[in-house]
Amino acid sequence: MVGNAVFRVEGLRKSFGHNEVLGGVSLELHAGEVTVLMGANGAGKSTLVKIISGVYERGGGTMALADQDFAPNTPAEAICAGVVTVHQNINDGVVADLDVATNLTLDRLSGSGAPTLFNPVRVRREAKAVADRMGLVIDLKARVSDLSLADRQMVAIARALAHQPKVLILDEPTSSLSSAEADRLFALIDRLREQGVAILYISHRMSDIRRLADRIVSMRDGIISGIFDRKPLDYEGAVNAMLGRKIHLDQIVVRSSAKPILTIEGLRIAQGARPISLTLGDGEVVAITGLVGVGKTALAETLFGVRQPLSGTMTMNGKPYAPNSTGEAIAAGVFLVAKDRGENGIVGGFNIQENISLPFHKRMSRFAVLRRRLERATARRQIEELGIVCRSEKDEMSELSGGNQQKVMVARWMAQDARLFILDEPFQGVDISARRDIAAKLRASANGRATLLFVTELDEALETADRILVMSEQTIVGEHRNAEVDLDRLLAEVAGGPLHSAA
Amino acid sequence: MTLRDHAIRYGFIVLLFGLVAYFATAADGFVSPQSAVFIFQSVAITGVLALGVTATLVVGGFDLSIGSVATSAMMAAAYVMVVLEQNALVAVVVCLLIGAVVGLINGWLIVYMRVPDLLATLGMMFLLVGLQRIPTEGRSIATGMTMPDGSVANGKFSDAFLALGRHRFDFFIPNLIPVSVVVLLVLAVLIWFFLEYTRFGRMMYAVGSNERAAELAGAPVKAYKIWAYVISGVFASIGGILLAARLGRGDIASGNNLLLDAVAAALIGYAVLGAAKPNAFGTAIGALFVGILLQGLTMMNAPYYTQDFVKGVVLVVALVFTFALSGRGRR
Repeated sequence: MVGNAVFRVEGLRKSFGHNEVLGGVSLELHAGEVTVLMGANGAGKSTLVKIISGVYERGGGTMALADQDFAPNTPAEAICAGVVTVHQNINDGVVADLDVATNLTLDRLSGSGAPTLFNPVRVRREAKAVADRMGLVIDLKARVSDLSLADRQMVAIARALAHQPKVLILDEPTSSLSSAEADRLFALIDRLREQGVAILYISHRMSDIRRLADRIVSMRDGIISGIFDRKPLDYEGAVNAMLGRKIHLDQIVVRSSAKPILTIEGLRIAQGARPISLTLGDGEVVAITGLVGVGKTALAETLFGVRQPLSGTMTMNGKPYAPNSTGEAIAAGVFLVAKDRGENGIVGGFNIQENISLPFHKRMSRFAVLRRRLERATARRQIEELGIVCRSEKDEMSELSGGNQQKVMVARWMAQDARLFILDEPFQGVDISARRDIAAKLRASANGRATLLFVTELDEALETADRILVMSEQTIVGEHRNAEVDLDRLLAEVAGGPLHSAA
Repeated sequence: MTLRDHAIRYGFIVLLFGLVAYFATAADGFVSPQSAVFIFQSVAITGVLALGVTATLVVGGFDLSIGSVATSAMMAAAYVMVVLEQNALVAVVVCLLIGAVVGLINGWLIVYMRVPDLLATLGMMFLLVGLQRIPTEGRSIATGMTMPDGSVANGKFSDAFLALGRHRFDFFIPNLIPVSVVVLLVLAVLIWFFLEYTRFGRMMYAVGSNERAAELAGAPVKAYKIWAYVISGVFASIGGILLAARLGRGDIASGNNLLLDAVAAALIGYAVLGAAKPNAFGTAIGALFVGILLQGLTMMNAPYYTQDFVKGVVLVVALVFTFALSGRGRR
């Protein structure tokens, strides 16, 4: 199977400002082989893909396609050379308001040599040729906006393949597909593999990876952390290389709690998922870990009243808890530090002080008039507490570093006492010292509430939690006390190995 | 602060004072209480509308229907008093109800039907422009007019209602301050206090800046948005009441400039004090700015047809101030 590499990357580097995103990546892709690229958020996968597809300029290193130097300046050049990328967002690859035939031949509408007049008959004939080559069975006259997501995906891929690529890059293609739809995609990938296309497949889904991978390459912090090509493939090793431990851990004095705060019974957060049951105790810090897309955020949002569970009950302090809105959750003392602070947390037009007071306006006002002195005092206290580096509480958020921005988000929700404090990916885009500060603050203030963290990186869980739960396929599949963790079992659970009895 | 920061922050205020100083020297009688009151009176109605549209700008929306809400309210007031022969109170209540209902519908279209704000309020604008003409088959409303069925409308604008547009309070000089100016000042202070100092106003700004973050901070985002359009609709209907009271008839041809003048005032407000965001104080200054400019030009005998051009120039300059120079023009 292993022949000469069709596509070769050597020592690729890329920095944004001072932040080195790729620190010398080397990668080979072989004809007729599916290479799976795994990596947590921020590992540098998308940057790598964007360099290969000509979106970003590389900072250093070489790329070669069929032993020729490959240096695309634009995405169009990469496509012409035979390196085609299907991006994660399906709608980037198709024009929704046009019909299938036009979409399949879209790239021939412009550029030199394209005819001035639009000839629907010729377009349909060419489109049929493209569709037949791929075995695509879709009505060519249908409008793309009327197609299912899977069909759109097929059209996007078919459009990419109309260029007869040597290398095809698929960036998380199944992230919005059902499993039946994904099966169609896999069949297509099998067909392309037989035709000798070198495929780079980026995914977090273990089921996809088990189904397709000929080789697995793990990325971590901008470098290749493991290559697995010996059959049978070592899936757990690949997960470990992607998430595994890299720093010496501070010793945690693990606590256990006798007094339950939140009890969840039979909670189902997705169709066909197994129910979740768990108890969170007073003073304990619990981390839920698992790959991207296994339902961590869905569970966090269910607890916070953003979405409703399909079934099951929640009890807090002995009383039923079923929030219909974020406002109800906050009133009940459940606070969430949402992930992606830029999107879900920071109010850009507000300064630090106004960002911190945001959820607690009611408690900080008299007859609906905000008490600005109290607001300022709270902000100053929180800046002090979390060690936020700034000139004053009036600083704009955009002037702060990522770590300090995240501290403001945590400070916002620690300004009042929580019963249940949930943090979804609180260490995302945060430097190591800010991460330590936040984790230490969480542990030091844990008494009187239950603290629940959702993290993808194992280190983060091992560093901060008393108890670690593992999520896979929208449910909880394992539980570990963070004292003598059986890492092999934990990794097997993350990788979706044979299911142990649910916790 | 650098020179550039100062320019951004105080540029527009300096421009305003410069304008006043210029007209004071160039135009006879520009500096007099009567002239000042005239300026206030000319901006009163557009100012009220501009304050309303500011509320929708704050939540990241826009309301193009305000002009037609005002003229609809004017026609409704005339219809209620002249054709239905009701008193002033009924007329005012009907107008305010129209404003509130239109605001609710706008909010509902935008929040629940997911129609983009510009399109929803544009549609509403056309709808109202047409609707206000249906009861009288396109005719203006005045006492003694003939109705479509041949009867004659004998009601008349009540004196109490007309007073809203014509009465003047004594202020050092007898008969100086018109009611409409008092209404403008009261509403300006109210909306300014509401947006700057209450938790509702603060949350409206949060919704406009990052809707998702506001929702995750426990705010009922949909309700805030709908309320913003209700505020806008009610303010526009108050403007319509003042217009009807000033004209004393339901004139289908009046009020054409209301929308553009009000929107210009609110957008010029972005540039005042370098706020780079919609704000009530800036809107009031913006309305004043346009008023002073037009009054000054009129007193210098500039032809009427140059006025729209001058307004447009001011608006474009103000927008450049906001979006290019301050570099934080995010809406």
